Amino acid sequence: MMGVRMNPEDIFRLVDKHNGRHGCIVSILEDIQAEYNFLPRRALRIVASRTGRSLVDIYALATFYRSFSLKPKGRHMVSVCMGTACHVRRSPDVLDGFEQHLGIGAGETTRDREFSLSTVNCLGACALGPVTVIDGEYYRNVRSGDVGRILEHACRDENILKMTEDEQVFSVNVSCPHCNRSLMDHEHRLDDYPMVRVTVSFRRKHGWVRLSSLYGDYRIESEYEITPGAVVQFFCPSCHAELRSGRLCTTCDAPMIILFVRGGGTVQFCSRRGCKEHMLDLVDEEDMRS
Amino acid sequence: MITFTMNGAALQVERGSTLLEAAQFYGFPIPTLCHMEGLSPYGACRLCVVEIDAKTRSRLVSSCTYPVQEGLVVRTASVRVVRTRRMILELLLASCPQSKTIQDLAAAYDVRHQRFRQEYEDCILCGRCVRVCEQQMMAKAIGFRGRGENRGIGTPFDVQSDTCRLCGACMYVCPACELRCSYAEPEKAICGGCANLSPQCVNVDKFDDIMCYMNPCVACEIVQR
Repeated sequence: MMGVRMNPEDIFRLVDKHNGRHGCIVSILEDIQAEYNFLPRRALRIVASRTGRSLVDIYALATFYRSFSLKPKGRHMVSVCMGTACHVRRSPDVLDGFEQHLGIGAGETTRDREFSLSTVNCLGACALGPVTVIDGEYYRNVRSGDVGRILEHACRDENILKMTEDEQVFSVNVSCPHCNRSLMDHEHRLDDYPMVRVTVSFRRKHGWVRLSSLYGDYRIESEYEITPGAVVQFFCPSCHAELRSGRLCTTCDAPMIILFVRGGGTVQFCSRRGCKEHMLDLVDEEDMRS
Repeated sequence: MITFTMNGAALQVERGSTLLEAAQFYGFPIPTLCHMEGLSPYGACRLCVVEIDAKTRSRLVSSCTYPVQEGLVVRTASVRVVRTRRMILELLLASCPQSKTIQDLAAAYDVRHQRFRQEYEDCILCGRCVRVCEQQMMAKAIGFRGRGENRGIGTPFDVQSDTCRLCGACMYVCPACELRCSYAEPEKAICGGCANLSPQCVNVDKFDDIMCYMNPCVACEIVQR
C-alpha cells in the first residue's frame, strides 16, 4: 500500500525482538515506525497476530501517541513551536511561511515525502523563540523570510556525520574476504585517506557506498539515501559475493559484515544504518610466525 | 463483612463490593450511565458520584469504582452530590441532547435547560459498547482510538472487523444511539433488523446521524459514512 515495500519477515523480526516483555507493543511499534517512518496497516495486523493481542488494542495505542503515524512521514521532520512565547513572537507567520514554501498544511507531508510539517505546543526553548526544529536541529529567532534558507540548510550534508574526536584514528586497508581484491577507492579520499567502496542493496535499490576507512569513523557517502535503522546487504564490487560474516550484531541482531584487513585480521561492522556495533580482529605478525 | 455508614444508617456488605452495589442492595437510588451489570466498572460518566468522608474533608468519588471500606461514611444524595450530578447532566445534555436516556436522567434531576452550546455528538465515550463487545461477546471488534478531543470509538482502520459477528450488542447497550436505531418501530427498544438480516427501516432518509458499526447496516441499508 502507498507504494511502500514491506517485508513481513522484517516485522516478524521486530516483533520477536521485544515479544513477551511487559509493555512490548510500544517498543515494537517504535521500531516499526523507525524502520518505515510510519506504521503500515499490514504491519499492525502482523503485530496483532504475532503477539496474540487484539488489533483493537494495537490500533488504540498507535492512534494514542503522537510519535506514531499511520500515514507515511517525510524524510525531514519540521516542527514549528506554537507555544505562548513563540506565538507572541509571531510563530503563526513562521508556520505560514513553511506552509507556503512547502505547499502543505501543518500535519501533512509533501508529495515527494521529503518534508513533514507539524506544530508543537512548546519545545521548552522559549528564549530562542520563535523556534523551529528540523531533524533534531534547533533554529532560533526564525522569521517567515528565513524559511527557504532553513529548509536548504536542513537538506544539506545529510550523510556527513560529525567525526568523533578520537586520538587513535587510523586507516584500515581492507579487501574482499572472497576474492581478496582490494576495496580501497584511491580516487575518493576522506581526510586524505582512501575510502572503502562496496556495493549495497536495500529495499530493491542497488548502488555504491563509500565508507570512511578510518576505524571508528561512521561517515559514509552513498548513491541512495539509506534510511536510519534500515538493514543493508553489502556486496563486493568485484566478485559480487555478499560480505556477511555469519555473526549477528550483539546490539540489534542485524547480520554483521566482514572485510579482510591487509596485514592479517578482519574487521566486522553491523549492517544496520546508524548502528555503531563493530569489531576489529587483528592478527599479530608474531602470532602468525609462531 | 464490612460495616459502614450510608446516609446515616449503619450497614453491612460483603468485602469487595463497590459503593454502588451496596447502595443498590439497600435501595438507595444512584443514577448511572456507563455502569452496566455484567460489565467491568469503568467510571467514565461520573454520574454515580457520592460524597465520602475521609479523615479530614469530604470528597466526591464515583461509586461504581470505589470499594466499600470499613467505617466509611457515605452520603448518596447530599446537596453537593445533587449539585454535581445536575452539572454533569447539563454537560451530557449539551454534548448529546438527542439521547432519550440522558433526557430522562436530566428530567429526573429536574434539569430543564442547559447553558452550553449543543454539540449533537454521536457518542459520550461511556465505553459500554467497547466493554460489551469485549467482555460479553468476546469479540473485541471495536475499541477506543485517538485521545483528547479526537478520542472516538470504532473498528481498527474504520473497516469492517474480522472479529465482528454483527450481533448488534454495541447498539443495544448504547445510551446515546439506542433510540435512533429503533426509529421504524418506536415501541421496541431495538428493531432487530440486524439480527434477522432483513431491511426494516422505512424512512431511511430520517437516519441522518446514525451510529452503527455494522458496515453496511443491514437494518436500514445505509452505507456508513
